[in-house]
Amino acid sequence: MSSKEWPLWEIFIRSKQGLSHKHVGSLRAADAQMAIDNARDVYTRRSEGISIWVIESKLVTASDPDESAEFFEPSESKIYRHPTFYNVPDGISHM
Amino acid sequence: MSTKNIEELEREFQAKIDADIKIEPNDWMPEGYRKTLMRQISQHAHSEIVGMLPEGNWITRAPSLKRKAVLLAKVQDEAGHGLYLYSAAETLGLDREKSIDDLHSGKAKYSSIFNYPTLTWADMGTIGWLVDGAAIMNQVPLCRCSYGPYARAMVRVCKEESFHQRQGFEIVSLLANGTAEQKQMAQDSLNRFWWPALMMFGPNDDNSPNSAQSIKWKIKRSSNDELRQQFIDVTVTQAEMVGLTIPDKDLKWNEARGSYDFGTINWEEFNQVIQGNGPCNKERIDARRNAKENGAWVREAANAFAEKRKKKELTH
Repeated sequence: MSSKEWPLWEIFIRSKQGLSHKHVGSLRAADAQMAIDNARDVYTRRSEGISIWVIESKLVTASDPDESAEFFEPSESKIYRHPTFYNVPDGISHM
Repeated sequence: MSTKNIEELEREFQAKIDADIKIEPNDWMPEGYRKTLMRQISQHAHSEIVGMLPEGNWITRAPSLKRKAVLLAKVQDEAGHGLYLYSAAETLGLDREKSIDDLHSGKAKYSSIFNYPTLTWADMGTIGWLVDGAAIMNQVPLCRCSYGPYARAMVRVCKEESFHQRQGFEIVSLLANGTAEQKQMAQDSLNRFWWPALMMFGPNDDNSPNSAQSIKWKIKRSSNDELRQQFIDVTVTQAEMVGLTIPDKDLKWNEARGSYDFGTINWEEFNQVIQGNGPCNKERIDARRNAKENGAWVREAANAFAEKRKKKELTH
């Protein structure tokens, strides 16, 4: 009845307190707990992590790379959002 | 959706490659690029998994608890490397189970080196030193491969491999500096593994038809012969340092080239092993097949347990 393939999980690891979880790869497991157990063995054999998040890959919604130029254009054209856009006169500091 | 024609897409793709922009899973890529990578990454994954077998042979017979712990850790790393690589191949649309079945039916290939037997403890040293050494030589340039998930997997693999090579060299140098029998055991092991290790880099460049395209796509970053030469040049000195002799009477320093000249590789042997006629091909595939068949109930039990746990959560 259950010879079906284990689902794919995306693995995120926090390497130390103060840093966010970062995607490190994926693996297959029967359920979330097993994904966490396997992720410990596959991705943290050398103390690379202190916390693991797992999420089933099929639940991830991603932006479309074919439309990334249009999609991210609004931020490309707004160079005035960066401090380097502005002239600071010589002699002014702490700014 | 994009309305560009295939020539435009291919031109843009090559421009990205030329500009060293990595390709990621959902990006458009030519079918040939996808197929080449799927073949290469899955073969690489199979090699890691089959590569556990020759060393697994010695875990219960390691000469000390320390060596046993080290060997276990190394073999566990190989399993991990196989998993990183299968996952990387899955991002290209590889069907993992089918790919494993292709390995078991003999349709998919893996590195020819793992079809040689591990007859003595010295072979654990030689494998780490030469086989992992050659693998590192191959894999370091792959960290700059154009396909993001493969390159990232290689970075992890290379970080972990360097311990593999060092522990192997340590075993070899201890034996080489031990009793006459121990030194002989190390020499005998080097004699058996030297040529198969050189074959790990694949056929000569003028005999490797797909290499040019792979280099253009930056899947491969160096040619087979370049990597083989690099490997020989660094390894000869290491052998001299521990007082072992490379089993090649044509090996000679070439001042003009700044490299070692070496003898002719027995490509007939290489082809025989690739085609399934090496000393251990059948044994290796049988072991993998048995592992999958005899482990089926574990995978089924895990599924049943997951379903049970899910039901329990729903009723809470």
